[in-house]
Amino acid sequence: MNIDIKILPEPLNIPACINWVMSPECGGINVFIGTVRNVTKQKKVIRLEFEAYESMAISEMNKIAVSSFTKWPVQKILIHHRTGVLEVGEVPVVIVVAAAHRDIAFTACRYIIDTLKQIVPIWKKEVFEDGEVWVAAHP
Amino acid sequence: MKILAFGIVKDIFSNAVIDVDCKNDSSVDDLKHMLEKKYPGLNELGSYMIAVNNEYASAGDIINENDEIAVIPPVSGG
Repeated sequence: MNIDIKILPEPLNIPACINWVMSPECGGINVFIGTVRNVTKQKKVIRLEFEAYESMAISEMNKIAVSSFTKWPVQKILIHHRTGVLEVGEVPVVIVVAAAHRDIAFTACRYIIDTLKQIVPIWKKEVFEDGEVWVAAHP
Repeated sequence: MKILAFGIVKDIFSNAVIDVDCKNDSSVDDLKHMLEKKYPGLNELGSYMIAVNNEYASAGDIINENDEIAVIPPVSGG
C-alpha cells in the first residue's frame, strides 16, 4: 500500500507532501492542512505545544490509512504530524489523499482527519497570555 | 511496573514515567483503580484510556510486567 506516515519535530514540507502522492493514475488529490489559529474561545493564543506518544501514534495513523484503503479505492495516503512548539500560522498536520476520482479523495481525507482527532495519541497545549491548558482534557 | 504518561497526565503524575506496584495478572481496570486512588487528578479528566503495547486496552485485559503501559488522556492532535 502507498502510505507515508511521519511524526516530525521540524516544519512540514507541504510541496514535498503533495509531490509524494502525485501519480498518473490519480485524477483527484485532496489536501488537508491544519494550521495554528490565533484565538480560542475569544482568548488570544500565543503558541501551541504538541506532544505525541510516537510509537503508538504512528501505529494508529497507519491503521487509519489502512482502513481507508479497505473502505475506498484510494491510491496514496500521506499523513504528517508535527511535534514541539508551533507559532500561530504554523502547520501541525498535513493529510494528502490521491484517488482516481475527486469524490473518494474528499471523503477519505475527511475521514482521516476526523478519525485522527478522535483516536491518535497526540496532545496539544494552548498557551495564552495568562496561562496554558491541555486541550480537551477536562469535560 | 513502569507507566508512561502524556499530556495532562504528566502534570498529574508530576513525571513522564512512574513506577507502581502492580502484581502480574492485574486487569486494566485494577490498574485504573489503583492509579485513581494514588492520583485523584485522574478522576477530573473527561475520560482516559490505558494503552498496552501501543494498543488501546479494554477494562478486562490482563497486564504483565514486560508490557509497555501508558495512560492516554483525551487526545487533541490535528
